[in-house]
Amino acid sequence: MSSGTMTIGGVSATVRAEQRVTVRYFAWVRERVGRAEEQITVPASVATVGELARWLATRGPEYAEAFRRADVVRAALDQVHVKPSAPLAGVREVAFFPPVTGG
Amino acid sequence: MTVRVQQEPFDATAETEALTRGRTDIGGVVTFTGLVRGDVDGRPLVSLTLEHYPGMTEAELGRIEAEARGRFDLVDCLVVHRSGELTPGEGIVLVVTLSRHRQAAFEAAQFLMDFLKTRAPFWKKETFADGDGHWVDARDGDSHAEARWRGALATQK
Repeated sequence: MSSGTMTIGGVSATVRAEQRVTVRYFAWVRERVGRAEEQITVPASVATVGELARWLATRGPEYAEAFRRADVVRAALDQVHVKPSAPLAGVREVAFFPPVTGG
Repeated sequence: MTVRVQQEPFDATAETEALTRGRTDIGGVVTFTGLVRGDVDGRPLVSLTLEHYPGMTEAELGRIEAEARGRFDLVDCLVVHRSGELTPGEGIVLVVTLSRHRQAAFEAAQFLMDFLKTRAPFWKKETFADGDGHWVDARDGDSHAEARWRGALATQK
């Protein structure tokens, strides 16, 4: 992601190039959202994966339901487990899912 | 050193045979096979469906396996995990560890299973006779089993 400074009417503002990510959902998170994946543009106000989850939860009742237990939903960035504080900068693929139950 | 995700059943004997054939440097082989139980607290299970995260699953299993190789003196190891719909009695996961002396193979097999259960991106859904489907909740015991290894690691250093 690139950033730069521009001046509008004498007011300086930092702008960020639009970041497009693929968001993938698994197990009951997928069932509640009603889709397995989608492309989204990360809002300028969102910097971490935890913030992205909170923003997604505002997109409709199905998202609100999927992210209702925010402390339970886990995340991966570019296929690596991360904590909610992980930054999204430079990331291409985000995934949300319940705690794993393999083996 | 191999990790594999597949829908097809696996043959533990054939896999072990392929790993040991023609070798004389292996002193011990441990194989662990996880099976689908036919009931959940006495309620008969029709099938177990395993969803996973293609791409990340292989990457994560590879990271877990590399960690095992770093910790234990292994000659070789294999992890096979199935995905899709399984019925009671079928194998879900196979771990084979091979070492010169038995202790490394025993410990590595347990380590691989403990980490796989808490880190590999698989999710189990149980289907019962009345058609009811239920996503399995993660067990506290599994994360405690994983944490035990972290404690051991911290003590060693």
